[in-house]
Amino acid sequence: MPSIKSQPLSGHIVEEFGYVNIEDLSRLCAVDRRHIVELVEEGILEIRDAEPTAAAWHFSSEHVRRAKLALRLERDLEINLAGVALALQLMEELERMRGEIHGRLSR
Amino acid sequence: MEFKDYYKVMGVARDATETQIKQAYRKLARKFHPDVSKEKDAEARFKELGEAYEVLKTPEKRAAYDQLGQNYRAGENFRPPPDWDAGFEFSGPGGGAGADSDYSDFFASLFGAAGGRSRRAQGPAGADRGEDHHAKVLLDLEATLQGGARTLTLRVPGIDSTGHLVSKDRTLSVQIPKGILAGQHIRLAKQGEPAPGSGEPGDLFIEVEFQPHALYRVDARDLYLTLPVAPWEAALGATVKTPTPLGPVDLKIPPGSHAGTKLRLKTRGIPATPPGDLYVVLDIALPPADDERSKAAYQAMASALAFNPRTGLGV
Repeated sequence: MPSIKSQPLSGHIVEEFGYVNIEDLSRLCAVDRRHIVELVEEGILEIRDAEPTAAAWHFSSEHVRRAKLALRLERDLEINLAGVALALQLMEELERMRGEIHGRLSR
Repeated sequence: MEFKDYYKVMGVARDATETQIKQAYRKLARKFHPDVSKEKDAEARFKELGEAYEVLKTPEKRAAYDQLGQNYRAGENFRPPPDWDAGFEFSGPGGGAGADSDYSDFFASLFGAAGGRSRRAQGPAGADRGEDHHAKVLLDLEATLQGGARTLTLRVPGIDSTGHLVSKDRTLSVQIPKGILAGQHIRLAKQGEPAPGSGEPGDLFIEVEFQPHALYRVDARDLYLTLPVAPWEAALGATVKTPTPLGPVDLKIPPGSHAGTKLRLKTRGIPATPPGDLYVVLDIALPPADDERSKAAYQAMASALAFNPRTGLGV
């Protein structure tokens, strides 16, 4: 392991340009690229431009959080990807309704 | 170290079947999963649950744990006997709940590296690259507003000389890129695990979150500031000093403003690409009526204005 250096380490923001490629996404999620392809096939993630080969896929930055959440639900709750897709849809619906109620109360 | 009663954590009997254990796990996991749960201690409960499940669902680990557990109760001081696990072979990582989270010292002392290592993806490009490391840090908002170096202490899993999983603190100074948003990641190249062979080390990915700020509330790239104004400033309009991340500015309050009026200061939010905006939300502050003069002022207003704030309520 590299030792502590006195000079601060510099990195860059992975999502800097508003999108990530499939390699970065799979590394951020610590899963194999195949797993990301499955999320796309299930409609959980959307690719930015329709590219024929997965290697050229890009995802908008917001999908990093979504992919991580989906993978956590899949692993921790032992549900399949169709179940994950449904859970995400319901969670979004709940979020939207909570926002609506909050907006109504604070008006 | 305290002994943990994994059966109690999962709410199952000591002779529970594998099916019962699985059912108990799934039920509790849905209840306490931090992504879906509203329970206040969800994260801690879920971590404990994942650990208990990891042990009880694996027959070898459960057998070893049972053998050990005969003499202990939950919370009792516990010290694993030397070589207690000889003769049990743990079949690799489980990939169950919390597969990449920290296990308790109790768990690590029992199952160590064999139980705790998570499944990690091999980078698709370089098969012989070292593993990536992942960490999450809580930064002050100023770190993204101004950029600058921060000293971060990360918990890194490692293997000690006896082959057990331990977590070590690693302190490093990191230049925080200006304009980074919550949920985004800083990549520190080659700061991950060294490669097993001659390949490159993995990278370290640091996920950023922000601590609550005294003035600003963060919503993605935008900031929200609640600005108190006097009733006459809102009613008649005024130019008032307001703080912004780049220093105080004179803000024009339009006449006829009310509590909740939102004023947008373009590009005064988080300096990302594109930059966020700063929303100033007005809050009407009432002057206290605590002496004769102020009381007289309120009375003058009451008699001058035929004002009923409750007309909308039908009373």
